[in-house]
Amino acid sequence: MTEVPTTGPVPIGVPAVEVRGVDKTFSSKNGTVTALEGIDLAVAPGEFVSLIGPSGCGKSTLLRLIADLEAPSTGSVTVFGKTARQARIDQEYGIAFQQAGLLPWRTVRANIELPLELHGASRAERTARATELLELVGLSDFGGSYPDQLSGGMQQRVAIARALAERPRLLLMDEPFGALDEMTRERMQTELVRICGETGAAVVFVTHSIPEAVFLSNRVVVMSPRPGRIREVLAVDLGRAADRRDDLREDEHFFANVSAVRELLHGDQGARPAVRGVENR
Amino acid sequence: MRGAAVRTVGAPILLGIVALALWQLAVVALDVKPFVVPSPLAIGTAFGSTPDTILRAALLTGANALVGLLVGTVVGILFAVLAALSRVIDEITAPIVAGLAVVPIVALAPVFYTMFGANAQTARQLIAALAVFIPVFVNTLRGLRQVRPVHRDLMRAYAASPWQATRTVTLPGALPYLFTGFRIASSLAVISALVAEYFGGPIDGIGRAITTAVASSNYALAWAYVLGSILLGLVFYCATLALEILATRHRRRA
Repeated sequence: MTEVPTTGPVPIGVPAVEVRGVDKTFSSKNGTVTALEGIDLAVAPGEFVSLIGPSGCGKSTLLRLIADLEAPSTGSVTVFGKTARQARIDQEYGIAFQQAGLLPWRTVRANIELPLELHGASRAERTARATELLELVGLSDFGGSYPDQLSGGMQQRVAIARALAERPRLLLMDEPFGALDEMTRERMQTELVRICGETGAAVVFVTHSIPEAVFLSNRVVVMSPRPGRIREVLAVDLGRAADRRDDLREDEHFFANVSAVRELLHGDQGARPAVRGVENR
Repeated sequence: MRGAAVRTVGAPILLGIVALALWQLAVVALDVKPFVVPSPLAIGTAFGSTPDTILRAALLTGANALVGLLVGTVVGILFAVLAALSRVIDEITAPIVAGLAVVPIVALAPVFYTMFGANAQTARQLIAALAVFIPVFVNTLRGLRQVRPVHRDLMRAYAASPWQATRTVTLPGALPYLFTGFRIASSLAVISALVAEYFGGPIDGIGRAITTAVASSNYALAWAYVLGSILLGLVFYCATLALEILATRHRRRA
């Protein structure tokens, strides 16, 4: 896999992400906290997988392990067959966080170009790619604006464009729409589905919105807290993710899947109305 | 809006005029002697009669302050970057900076005049630079430590080298702090360069002019030079404030 264009085919059988027997403990002054325990998960190339669960279930920690922003206490994480660390150094993934995390002193265009600039792309290359991405996220008129001149949703779109800048085969997203209002959020989800269809990237998506997870994903990983474990993995039978449109939200199958995830989330806690930290909207 | 603007600008001006008028009235009515305090009119007349002498003296002191400001700022930034990058350097510089912060730097003036010769401006510039170094170093270092976690994660995700991270995120993020330090330092530079003149060195500069005027009992002229030094300080302050505003115009969180 030397110098393959990142959207190119992956050898069959090599998962985009493979997490094996991972535990993660954090030690603090008040003793150690087990954030994740016995995690096994594989994500196929081009697959959209959501991690959902109440606060403290370790879903963000799991994403950070895949991104090599944290190291597992035991077990292994591989990305396209490489160690997470090597995959990070080789820029195998793009990442977006709940906060857009744009650099306020750079224009929108310069923010999108940032990863390209850091990795030595030529000026012409950067300009061309940024123009493409601005169009992809519908912000062609805002390349020269500064982040503080944009709305939250627009900033998040810039962050997604930035994550896509190097055509990663894997996109890691940590509640990227968590801070947006409901309407913006649904529009962003529809756009993300379209973008993923166009780029063919695998996505690991952390959320605590059930409809969001169902609408976007091929599979939904339901997690439970203290210690963070995978309770169940649910395959969403709503057809190819890339073909999903807004009207799906009104679909019977959609509601059936939402109910299924909700029941899994509530799990052994019986008919308790809501798990803390989970939005049921 | 226009009414508010007129009030913002007009009110202080009005207050100033009233204060000056009361001052003038008090000096005349109470027959205050010039060595206590001369009247604003006398000071104004003295200022108006020798504007080019005052300007020349102010320019000389200003040049010393500027050299000190630039040297102290460059060294301050350099050390702050090094301290932010390396824990060892941080630990070495921390006590030195703390020690330097409590030294009354102007008190070093007589020693420096002996070291660098009483005919050179070096001692004055060095004193200004030392005074400038501390606020620039402290503020810049604080700014360098303000990197938002999301930006730190981003740089790690990009596998950016320490230098790349410093250049693209840490330094630009520290700029507002740096410029605040620079603005504070600019006033200190003028004060230090001026007060250093009281302790010797070449017979020029606005500080020397004040002591000379007082020594020859020309009190109105001494106050005219004080007025000149206030204007000099204002020029430095306003220039650095403008730079600060320019550097922080896109700084709402994004």
